Amino acid sequence: MAATQTPAAERRQVHPTLAVLERQLHLYRRLWQASVFSSFVMPVLFLLSFGIGVGGYVGELGGVDYLAWIVPGVLASVAFQMSVGESTYGVLGDFKWIRGYQAMQATPVRVRDMVGGWLAYMLLRVLIASVVFLGVAALFGALHSPWALATPLVCGLLGLAVCAPTTAFAATIDHDSYFALLFRFVVVPSTLFAGVFFPVEQLPDVVRPLAYLSPLWHGVELCRAATLGTAPGWPALAHLGYLVLWALLGSAWAVAAFGRRLRK
Amino acid sequence: MPTPLSASPAAEPLIRARGLVKRFGDFTAVDGIDVEVAPGEAFGFLGPNGAGKSSTMRMIGCVSSPTAGELSILGMDPVRDGARIRARLGVCPQQDNLDVDLTVRENLTTYARYFGLSRREARRRADELLEFVQLADRADSKVEPLSGGMKRRLTIARAMVNEPDLVLLDEPTTGLDPQARHLLWERLFRLKQRGATLVLTTHYMDEAEQLCDRLVVMDGGRIAAEGSPRSLIETYSSPEVVEARFGDAEPAEYAEKLAGIGDRVEALPDRVLVYAADGDAAVAAIHARGLAPSTTLVRRSSLEDVFLHLTGRTLVD
Amino acid sequence: MLTTLLAARLPAVSGARVGAVMGRNVASLRSGPSYWIVLVSGFFEPLLYLLSIGVGVGALIGELRLEDGRVLSYAVFVAPAMLAVSAMTGVLAETTFNFFFKMKYSKTFEAILATPVGPLEVALGELSWAVVRGSFYTAVFIGVMVAMDLVSLGWALAAFPATVLVGFAFGAVGMALSTLMRGWQDFDLLNTGQFALFLFSGTFAPVQAYPLGVEILIQLTPLYHAVELVRGLALGSPGPGLLLNTAYLVAMALAGLLFAARRVERLLCA
Repeated sequence: MAATQTPAAERRQVHPTLAVLERQLHLYRRLWQASVFSSFVMPVLFLLSFGIGVGGYVGELGGVDYLAWIVPGVLASVAFQMSVGESTYGVLGDFKWIRGYQAMQATPVRVRDMVGGWLAYMLLRVLIASVVFLGVAALFGALHSPWALATPLVCGLLGLAVCAPTTAFAATIDHDSYFALLFRFVVVPSTLFAGVFFPVEQLPDVVRPLAYLSPLWHGVELCRAATLGTAPGWPALAHLGYLVLWALLGSAWAVAAFGRRLRK
Repeated sequence: MPTPLSASPAAEPLIRARGLVKRFGDFTAVDGIDVEVAPGEAFGFLGPNGAGKSSTMRMIGCVSSPTAGELSILGMDPVRDGARIRARLGVCPQQDNLDVDLTVRENLTTYARYFGLSRREARRRADELLEFVQLADRADSKVEPLSGGMKRRLTIARAMVNEPDLVLLDEPTTGLDPQARHLLWERLFRLKQRGATLVLTTHYMDEAEQLCDRLVVMDGGRIAAEGSPRSLIETYSSPEVVEARFGDAEPAEYAEKLAGIGDRVEALPDRVLVYAADGDAAVAAIHARGLAPSTTLVRRSSLEDVFLHLTGRTLVD
Repeated sequence: MLTTLLAARLPAVSGARVGAVMGRNVASLRSGPSYWIVLVSGFFEPLLYLLSIGVGVGALIGELRLEDGRVLSYAVFVAPAMLAVSAMTGVLAETTFNFFFKMKYSKTFEAILATPVGPLEVALGELSWAVVRGSFYTAVFIGVMVAMDLVSLGWALAAFPATVLVGFAFGAVGMALSTLMRGWQDFDLLNTGQFALFLFSGTFAPVQAYPLGVEILIQLTPLYHAVELVRGLALGSPGPGLLLNTAYLVAMALAGLLFAARRVERLLCA
């Protein structure tokens, strides 16, 4: 309390980014059962219904049965939807209702710690969900290559690539009705047309480039190549580089957006 | 201008502002203020809503940059050393921003980690502070069901978690019921006794008088007066005030009829104030003029009267 | 029994007061930001599903042979199911998430119930509003189906009232469930349930594609009846089974409505 005491800043035992991550994990502790349950149950139900029900009518696609073909697509889209979904209300709510970021702002935590801690948390969440899903897919016998073990990392990168810009977007808006538009015009179309359920080659030429723009398609291509042991549509480095670009630009935007919002 | 009471000239000020300005576009929230706060002092910014108090506090808290002027906090530059300064500040914001999904104790330990405290230290501080703000029995409860006063006390405990050199309290008791306010004041007074330096904003006179060694009266982004509550009252008001209400006519009409009694007469929408050294004598003088107020009240002068004198307006409502 | 229960209460229900509850929703929608775009984009989602699953996946499947021997394209098969699903989700969004918020956080109902409006009128007003909003989406969706030649105009007109009934049934049950919710975390469960119904109601593949046990289980769930009813009409092959589907949905609507009204009364008028 007296000015002569060693200031707390000089006794730092934990990096502020890590402290932000810790807060998220504290909050997650109350929800994790429900969230693991749904990240396990939803894909299982989906694979049963779609893979088996519809798959029976589709037959084979690309030399494998339809179930094995959509598994990597569903895996990537689970990571995609989770990253977007959690970063909408999760971020806006922390600015608007909980005001957790305003609380951090009064401490040595810097804007880059807030963004970094949040992204680290989402990365963990996506990794856990991907590993769970991968286990389910293995039980369905839908994994055809040991490269499948690399898919959680791909999903993690895909997660960062979409989580970062979504976080930035959520930090710039003031009303949650924009999320409905984000879902309707970005997330749902991506999920439906980025090669999860059918090859993008089937899309009309004018629409196909839109699928290439979506980070999800790049994640799907990489995951599918990994679980089936085939070559992805583009060179793997091109897919990875594209996702890294989204993650980097998105993070920079998020840091700027957080700073702007907190200065208001 | 009266000299500060407790700030000894030798002590290095914790806050030093010279010609501090904050503008938002065309709007000037803070219009060139000079402030110094010494260690161990309880310093207040008093003024109505929109006077520029909160903008000043945000600059002192290093979350908003000054538009112009000099500002030094703990001897450092808030723009360059923001994070280092914030490490030594405790901030109790005007609007609660507790983590409602965490427990009372977790709110403190999580916040302590932002300052880099070890888990053990964070836990020790949390328990100590919960004791101090009388919330130890609610440690494992969630925040949501707590009363407004409890939430405020928890926010104050949270602001103390890093053993700050300087505690900033923005409208600490706004919106609380009288009982909760008194409990909070009592805790803040204890804090002051323990040697903490407090800087607070308020639009409550009683709060400023209870807690502040020294204060500035702000109006329209400027400092209208500075001094201890006592010295401000002595300078800008008379020792006693008569509040007279008349049932049958506008107070302004009566104000004219009362002219000359005491030092000064002010007409408010619902009553007339007569400033005098001796209130009872003033009441006698009113009756002597053949006027019969429906009620009269003699009280001591307060900061409200100082503000009224300085700005011609009342402070609250 | 349900109808007698309702008949006993209905005399007290005033159309004007139910209308007032609906009017509040209209006013609140209009004051929100970008209201037209949110409203107009509401039908966009099922349309995308139709294009992706019906057309995209449909191209992988080609034609489908039904149990009764009829052969039709996958898109024609799946479109009416998408329509039924969209009738369900459009209404559920309003009577679950929004209803819960109004009941618990914004205290809207508390304010309304302080006036002559009663709990059953609140429930009816909220439900009717949700169905009106949802039917706007389904109407547009039906238009798209007609334009894509996935249904004939005549049978499309017959299917529309069926989607309104589906809206009432799911909306009422959703509202009843909302009154039981403890917090937002319970909505995860609701979403999971809704998603499971979406997947297993003969939506994407005839229920006969599943093992017999699963098939019977599916036939007990509500969305199956909604899909059967809407599909039966849209494909132009109404059989006597549709009466059973209709009865199931009517029972859902009445039971849900009465339960919700009673809960609102217990929670807010106690």
